[in-house]
Amino acid sequence: MDKLTSLNEAVSELVRDGDSVALEGFTHLIPTAAAHEIIRQKKRDLTLIRMTPDLIYDQLIGMGCARKLVFSWGGNPGVGSLHRFRDAVENGWPQPLEIEEHSHAGMANRYVAGASGLPFAVLRGYKGTDLPEVTATVAPIRCPFTGEELMAVPALNPDVAVIHAQQADRRGNVIIWGISGIQKEAALSARRVIVTVEEVVESFEPEPFHVVIPSVAVDAVCEVPGGAYPSYAYGYYERDNAFYEAWDGISRDRERFRGWMERHVLGVRDFEEHLRSISKEEVIKA
Amino acid sequence: MSGAHDAREGQERGYSPDEMMSIAAARELRDGVVCFVGIGLPSEAANLARRTHAPNCMLVYESGTLGAKPDVLPLSIGDGVLAEKADSVVSVPEIFNYWLQAGRIDVGFLGAAQIDRYGNLNTTVIGDYRRPRVRLPGAGGAPEIAASAGEVIVILRHRRRAFVERLDFITSVGHYRGGESRKELGYTGAGPVAVITDLGILRPDPETRELTLSALHPGVSVEQVREQTGWELRVSGELEVSEPPTGRELEVLRALRAATREAMKEAAG
Repeated sequence: MDKLTSLNEAVSELVRDGDSVALEGFTHLIPTAAAHEIIRQKKRDLTLIRMTPDLIYDQLIGMGCARKLVFSWGGNPGVGSLHRFRDAVENGWPQPLEIEEHSHAGMANRYVAGASGLPFAVLRGYKGTDLPEVTATVAPIRCPFTGEELMAVPALNPDVAVIHAQQADRRGNVIIWGISGIQKEAALSARRVIVTVEEVVESFEPEPFHVVIPSVAVDAVCEVPGGAYPSYAYGYYERDNAFYEAWDGISRDRERFRGWMERHVLGVRDFEEHLRSISKEEVIKA
Repeated sequence: MSGAHDAREGQERGYSPDEMMSIAAARELRDGVVCFVGIGLPSEAANLARRTHAPNCMLVYESGTLGAKPDVLPLSIGDGVLAEKADSVVSVPEIFNYWLQAGRIDVGFLGAAQIDRYGNLNTTVIGDYRRPRVRLPGAGGAPEIAASAGEVIVILRHRRRAFVERLDFITSVGHYRGGESRKELGYTGAGPVAVITDLGILRPDPETRELTLSALHPGVSVEQVREQTGWELRVSGELEVSEPPTGRELEVLRALRAATREAMKEAAG
């Protein structure tokens, strides 16, 4: 298909039930619009992968899209717990959630191995911690040259990677600037790649600390202004810290969470309508 | 009640136990070091240090910012304010591999939910792993910061439920089982050199590596610290009393907090 497409079409064609899906973003450029589209299309049995699962993974888990979570830090950044994630782990609601837990360094290197076409990565970590006891995907390995014992973690190759970027051009090249986290590695490790962007432009201007992902590594580019809200898109809009705080209350109670999701995600057609619906309804108090 | 030392006493002194804790932690940072900073209390202390006695500290955050100089405290680890005046912004694998694992970080600054007598840390679960009473966020960058930073400073409030005889889960290794056991794991960093709390400062014994009370904050008694520690706490023979905050330290800390609150309000407004 043409790389420039609608988000509805991209998710419908590229995300399948049972897939492993990495919606990455490190506080900056969280792909919220794409997560909502996955929830609206009722994708099921997903293995969700993410270094820092935050609000959108709370939403996907609470809406019953996920079978398993592969992660290294699951919280509401700067606020506290993810209540839907905790409810799934502590009480199996709305369904049991299998977890595969690593450190950030382990997850980052798993993406690097995946993007490099290697079966595993090596790092100096995990030893003496309880993580290897509860996580099967950590194993000791000896360096063939020095004899040092290190830890190996298997490559991550998600079926789908989803990221949000500031801009794409008409050929589907993508540019990110500011904090770019693990997005390049996630995209290059995945079999299929969806990128939502703030804006499609004729050509790129250089920006500080920018990263370009060439269109050959991208399957679909969807223009979704504001698509990273309530996180931020450097150069476009700031993080809405008040929403992160409000989410603590919205997500704490199962019924309130369901009601909110039905009104503001399932009950709207797209992200533009979502943004209108939460601004109209004083989202904070909804 | 829950045993921070008496709040009224702090008010009479003109500062709170939390302020004393942040200021004591900031003082541990020498000027010019490269410091890997966790969000929350560590970030506040590191930025206080940078604005007082350690203007040449290079602050590194795991989101990829090298030499961050935030005007206000970031609410999260990847806030734009960290990238704005940074010396560089690199990818997450670069931060963990080239900077941390390769030994370019002098000091790692960590918080925790639980700590034991050897400075091992838990940020994963309270209760049984498979059926946790409380599911905490998890490891994040902490295990490798604890492993590979030249030295580690831990900052957390002194409460009995946090200072435990036995961790529910070892997320990050401190001095492991004491003595030489950390070194035998193959870690290059020295491990925790100080644990700063709202009651005092603990440092590892040079031989056994057991955390030992080495300083009390003004107005705090050894009994108060013992009451809030879940193991039989050893006390240094040369127990010191922390210098109270200076006017300037308090002024800078309060200005930083006020600017942060103001920025949050503006963003919400």
